[in-house]
Amino acid sequence: MSEKKSLLRRIFRRSIWENASTVLILVGVFMLMQPFAMWMYTYSFIVILIGTIGFVITSHFPD
Amino acid sequence: MKSVAKKFKGLSDKAIAWIFIAPTLILLLAINIYPLIYAIRMSFTNFYANKIGREVKFVGLKNYKKILGKEEIWEKMQITAHFVCWTLVIQALIGLGLALLLNKKFKGNELLTTLIVLPMMLSPAVVGVFWTYLYNPQVGLFNYVVNFFYDFGIFDMIGSSTLAPWSIVIVDTWMWTPFTMLICLAGLRSIPNYLYEAAEVDRASKWQQFIHITLPSVLPFLLLALLFRGIENFKMFDLVAELTSGGPGSATELASINLKREAFEKWKTGYSSAFAVILFVTIFGFGNVYVKVMNKIKDR
Repeated sequence: MSEKKSLLRRIFRRSIWENASTVLILVGVFMLMQPFAMWMYTYSFIVILIGTIGFVITSHFPD
Repeated sequence: MKSVAKKFKGLSDKAIAWIFIAPTLILLLAINIYPLIYAIRMSFTNFYANKIGREVKFVGLKNYKKILGKEEIWEKMQITAHFVCWTLVIQALIGLGLALLLNKKFKGNELLTTLIVLPMMLSPAVVGVFWTYLYNPQVGLFNYVVNFFYDFGIFDMIGSSTLAPWSIVIVDTWMWTPFTMLICLAGLRSIPNYLYEAAEVDRASKWQQFIHITLPSVLPFLLLALLFRGIENFKMFDLVAELTSGGPGSATELASINLKREAFEKWKTGYSSAFAVILFVTIFGFGNVYVKVMNKIKDR
């Protein structure tokens, strides 16, 4: 039981997931404002949304 | 005073705390949260604010698909990107440079700091109006100064579609570089002197001291200022609306100005709500990154 708990803790570590969400937000913002490809602009909002929701959730994970 | 104390008698500390917080909470809910939820709801409809009797239909994600598939909006995002990127780069360089200069002790330092900070204290609408006069091709001071160095003839910053995007960059830089400078100055003043003394003992040159002590210490502060300015400039409206109103053509039509046009000139309320939600989520995401950086600085 405790082994399972520690495994979960290791997987859901705040720093890793929070950083991943931050990267997603920044990539999304780049996609929104870049002048290169229309498809990137089209999918930018969904990337930002996932990153933002991810950030809100993962910032509540234990350190 | 006594009667207030009597009234509160018998109430727990928690209840008193709630009584004090309640007005703020109610205001926040009424002014911020309710309109936000209402706007999100509107973004899924075909509502037109000028057609009151018209049936409002639920259109699902149609408004979002329209915005994210429109090249015209993509262009507005690029115009916003041009504005945000250039203002950030220029403000970072000049702001850091000014902070380094003002960190030195010299006569009139405090007066100079106050003078540099002045533009930041003005209202953006006022700044917009007087820069319109400064940019005036016939009587504007800007035109005169440029022609003093090189004879361009009539130099119309706001009237030319290639120069107009730069005109808003210049004004924003003029107004907000002092903010970047102040934050950097705070960072510079927090560097302990013994680090420089130790570096001098180790015979580090001024350049090495700057690269290995000053820059790493001031960088988080600079990043914080730039993130804040990035968020502010992404939703920039008043200054540009007053200065160019998005013109000539749509050369300076930032996302927020386009949003205002869709909402209050074409009255596409549902569509513009969806656009506002997209901008909101982007700024909210940016805001999270901002808070994260700020916490990191606090932990240092």
